[in-house]
Amino acid sequence: MSLLRAENLEARHGQLQAVRGISLEVREGETLALVGANGAGKTTLLRALAGAHRPAAGRVLLAGADVTALPTYRRLALGIALVPEGRRLFAGMTVEENLLVARANGRPGPWTVERVLEVFPMLRARFRARAGTLSGGEQQATAIGRALVTNPRVLLLDEVSLGLAPVAVERVYQCLESLIAGGATIVLVEQDLARALRVATRVACMLEGSVVLEGAAADMTREQVTEAYFGLGRNAQREPA
Amino acid sequence: MIWLNQVIQGVLLGGYYALIACGLSFMFGVMRIINLAHGDLAILAAYLVWAIVDRSGLSPFVALAIVLPLMGALGWLLQRALLERSLRAGVLVPLLTTFGLAIVIQNLLFLQFGADTRSLAPAIGDLAFDSWSIGSQIYIGHLAGLEFLVAVLMLGGLQLLLARTPLGRSIRAIAEDPDTAELVGINSRRVYAAAAAIAVMTVAVGGAFLGMRATFGPYAGPAQLIFAFEAVVIGGLGSMWGTLAGGIALGVAQNVGAQISPNGFLIAGHAVFLVVLAARLLRQRIRAAP
Repeated sequence: MSLLRAENLEARHGQLQAVRGISLEVREGETLALVGANGAGKTTLLRALAGAHRPAAGRVLLAGADVTALPTYRRLALGIALVPEGRRLFAGMTVEENLLVARANGRPGPWTVERVLEVFPMLRARFRARAGTLSGGEQQATAIGRALVTNPRVLLLDEVSLGLAPVAVERVYQCLESLIAGGATIVLVEQDLARALRVATRVACMLEGSVVLEGAAADMTREQVTEAYFGLGRNAQREPA
Repeated sequence: MIWLNQVIQGVLLGGYYALIACGLSFMFGVMRIINLAHGDLAILAAYLVWAIVDRSGLSPFVALAIVLPLMGALGWLLQRALLERSLRAGVLVPLLTTFGLAIVIQNLLFLQFGADTRSLAPAIGDLAFDSWSIGSQIYIGHLAGLEFLVAVLMLGGLQLLLARTPLGRSIRAIAEDPDTAELVGINSRRVYAAAAAIAVMTVAVGGAFLGMRATFGPYAGPAQLIFAFEAVVIGGLGSMWGTLAGGIALGVAQNVGAQISPNGFLIAGHAVFLVVLAARLLRQRIRAAP
């Protein structure tokens, strides 16, 4: 059953149509990787799913319920959490406060501040440090932890590796893989194709606001995705697996 | 000893300025609104306390306890009905809106209470003039001491609220990044309204103490706004303890200025304000320079 579904979703930035009638679904427990070049509309699509960008048309459904008209904070309370591009932590607040402020508004569930510290042990020593003083990897871990403590039904991750040192990316992805193994439902925007294909159950490749290739990650070759990524194989669209 | 006494009186006066200013600082820190109706809201609260005292004979402190939730509700309503809409229209519109609100409050007070000045001092008995004496030349008024204590408690309370409570963390999150605050589940409209309610309640406390220490009339608000604004700018916009420090700096400058010259009270206060403002602008330029 689909947990999160977009139906003919369209989103604009002024005159620019960033998302063009996209329909896709994310099933419970799967990881959907949204890949595509800069400007393909991935971030706008993710923000529209989270309620942070008002769609021009179409619907967003969570477990069958239409949440299109709901503001971001209401969608979070229902279980859609977004880790935004660039982390967007509250720099003047401590790691603990960043987690607590989200925890207060989330759903009841197994994710607590303590569990976040177990999954991201590097945060334990920096728990009382202001978020603005953290390294990129620590900031990303805090941003993911901040979303997790709300006990989301679906976790939207936007460019978690962007701007991080390779060792920090590796550490963040190790944690993500353990989340995926634990059955989390994730939509992951990622420009690093190899990583996206490694962790995803399904892949959707976006080009100029549309999904041009979609299918099971296991069935796709890197060449197919690369072609779609650069718009070389416009007719490569496949039905969802 | 006279100079020491002036400094002590200045510190105590600073407590009053901090009381009147902390709502202004809080509102700016959270909502980035400079509320030009701030002083008039304080006068409105003073009138409400006075009206209850006049009609019922209750103590002004009991009357203040009745007025506080009313002012809180007014703050909530102002935010939802007026400020929220004006904030969407840019930076200048909230300034004009609160300026207009100030004029409306002044004229409604004039309509209701006339031009006569009022005071709550007769209703507080000995508290209005009793003092502790230290030596032969230093006197600390009971009311001034109480004002200072209430200012410290109120600013400390606000600081605790911001640092230790879920509401406080939500307020700080919104002040830092309103868009991301919504992403972590904060209902910004509700939190803004709660912050406005808290700010207007603190204004009410300042207004009641103004009524106890002096006289007030329908058009006394702008003068209070100026002192509050100066205290906030000297102490640093949005900082709670900075507001207390700013209030004290302003109060000490005014009292020392008055000791130098009879006209020096206001001039010295404004001079300190201008010097601090110029220093802040200069520092900003130096930091921005390549």
